Amino acid sequence: MAEKTMIQAITEAMATELKNDENVLVFGEDVGVNGGVFRATEGLQKEFGEARVFDTPLAESGLVSMGLGLTLEDYRPVIEIQFFGFLFEAMDGVAGQIARHRFRSGNSKPMPLVIRAPFGGGVHTPEMHADSLEGLMAQTPGLKVVIPSNPEDAKGLLIEAIRSNDPVIFLEHMKLYRSFREEVPEEDYTVEIGKAKVKREGTDVTLIAYGAMVQESIKAAEALEEDGISAEVIDLRTVSPVDYDTLVESIEKTNRAVVVQEAQRQAGIAANVAAELSERVILSLEAPIKRVTAPDTVYPFTQAEEIWLPNKDDIIEKAKEVYNF
Amino acid sequence: MAPKKGFDPVKALEEIEKKFEMYQILNEKGEVVNEDDMPDLSDDELVELMRRMVWTRVLDQRSISLSRQGRLGFYAPTAGQEASQLASQYALEKEDYIVPGYRDVPQLIWQGLPLTQAFLFSRGHFKGNQFPEGVNALSPQIIIGASFVQTAGIALGIKKRDKKAVAITYTGDGGSSQGDFYEGINFASAYLAPAIFVIQNNQYAISTPRDLQTNAKTLAQKAVAVGIPGVYVDGMDPLAVYKVTKDARDRAVAGEGPTLIETLCYRYGAHTMAGDDPTRYRTSDEDSDWEKKDPLVRFRKFLEEKDLWNEDKENEVMEQAKEDVKKAIKEADGTDKQTVTQLMENMYEDMPQNLQEQYEVYKEKESK
Repeated sequence: MAEKTMIQAITEAMATELKNDENVLVFGEDVGVNGGVFRATEGLQKEFGEARVFDTPLAESGLVSMGLGLTLEDYRPVIEIQFFGFLFEAMDGVAGQIARHRFRSGNSKPMPLVIRAPFGGGVHTPEMHADSLEGLMAQTPGLKVVIPSNPEDAKGLLIEAIRSNDPVIFLEHMKLYRSFREEVPEEDYTVEIGKAKVKREGTDVTLIAYGAMVQESIKAAEALEEDGISAEVIDLRTVSPVDYDTLVESIEKTNRAVVVQEAQRQAGIAANVAAELSERVILSLEAPIKRVTAPDTVYPFTQAEEIWLPNKDDIIEKAKEVYNF
Repeated sequence: MAPKKGFDPVKALEEIEKKFEMYQILNEKGEVVNEDDMPDLSDDELVELMRRMVWTRVLDQRSISLSRQGRLGFYAPTAGQEASQLASQYALEKEDYIVPGYRDVPQLIWQGLPLTQAFLFSRGHFKGNQFPEGVNALSPQIIIGASFVQTAGIALGIKKRDKKAVAITYTGDGGSSQGDFYEGINFASAYLAPAIFVIQNNQYAISTPRDLQTNAKTLAQKAVAVGIPGVYVDGMDPLAVYKVTKDARDRAVAGEGPTLIETLCYRYGAHTMAGDDPTRYRTSDEDSDWEKKDPLVRFRKFLEEKDLWNEDKENEVMEQAKEDVKKAIKEADGTDKQTVTQLMENMYEDMPQNLQEQYEVYKEKESK
């Protein structure tokens, strides 16, 4: 075991699968000799060659749709969209084509493809870099959407995603890339897609989070503990499909829930999670399910990130509202 | 105004456009006007190509009629485009990959898709899209331009596998205005991938005339933007279409990259059977001008001159086509209705929790 950042764990996952399966191809803008704008593909072209790890012209629709074409020759593309805000250029390729490919062929053609993309706020990126667009993907039948919050999960989930014969959108929060190190096993291992993880046990309120909001929720839980409120923190890890069994089990114990996301209130997945939970656990609830989200504006100008992005204080406030309801 | 000396951009454009003259082998009268370029086709092959064109003309007539009777669903007429569609497909091999647009069902049929399935596609049944093993094709693409970017990827895959094959895709004149059109030909160019891109310029995108798509004199010259060869061909001439497709295939298989082919053609019918009325945007004079250029008329004359074709043969093919259509429609009628659980089963290999839950609900409903 070695201490690794999340980005190192992601690189290791790709290297592992490039080694395990000669059909795996890694491509995108500047992922080759440059090793990616965040060094996610550092060293991969050197180790596996230009035929396996290569650059593309600067066109998201073209490069994503090229991935669909490559699956028809039995390749397993791992595609990078440089920043997920550029998804709109490739929206037909992703939602109109890749997501529907197996279905429209009457289950005769698989779609073993992963789209990796950085997203997320707090690192002062320019426009259209940090937007949380996972809600669009989660609303698209045919996709699975994975958002790891730590190095160990990132490696296991990415290996699982690459081995999956269903298309996976793998979103990597930029603020988490290098913000902390964690023990990551050297060997191959997988983390099941569609399974949440209880990050911190508690008895009074369930905090449901993903991405960078997991760390914020843990910090909030630590602060709440000092006020005598015991918060259970659940990391969804996969935002489509959501692991409702784990959520229900927790809420039946705590009787209160807050869903935490970085996306705007009208975006993300929190509304859907709250609706599903209200159908499943209404009789266990002592208070309404509340949401911590960003405001319903366009993603803010860089200097306004701090006042706009949800953080631990927002989570503490909502948890107390629910606790004292 | 351009400077007197030095670079004259207007002249440069005119010179580029002059390079894209229409390529023809058979004229409207069925006369060979370009003997040197006659493709290498045996008498039997020439007859087979005619047989396919006649059969497909009947298929179009029957499909329009079946669509009016409500026995077919979505249908985009093909009459007039037989040379463009079938002579290009005739230049392909079994291992080649076809990525059709919504009007390109005939190419799929001649590549091996059973007619029954083509009808199921029209009606909206998933079994229409379960292509038999060895039929290398996708089902007709509804999003105009998407097939171009996908084809670049398939062609790159073929190249990486070292296969002696190509990926071919088709769009219309309107489709050449899409971003994905450009991205597709540009990606294939950048990777020198074995792709053939065909623009079937039938002059209209629904009601919008081709001239409103672009001021470019030809659509073939769009190839210049990505540095690949472009060919402007008489799309009512089966021999010319066959020849340019065959040449493009040879180049692609030899590792020399993609080609863009513009076939100048005409659809006699409506855009689709979903209420389009061509009399609103086309004149009957225009229709009859193009009927004189009918690919069947000129190829029939050409073959009759060579004593390879006659009325009896043509009638035989037409009867056969009608029989084939009747049989396929009957088979389509006999196909089991779709269920929601089947649709769910077709979504993922590994069914997610939300669908598993819904699956149980629908399984219960369907068992009643």
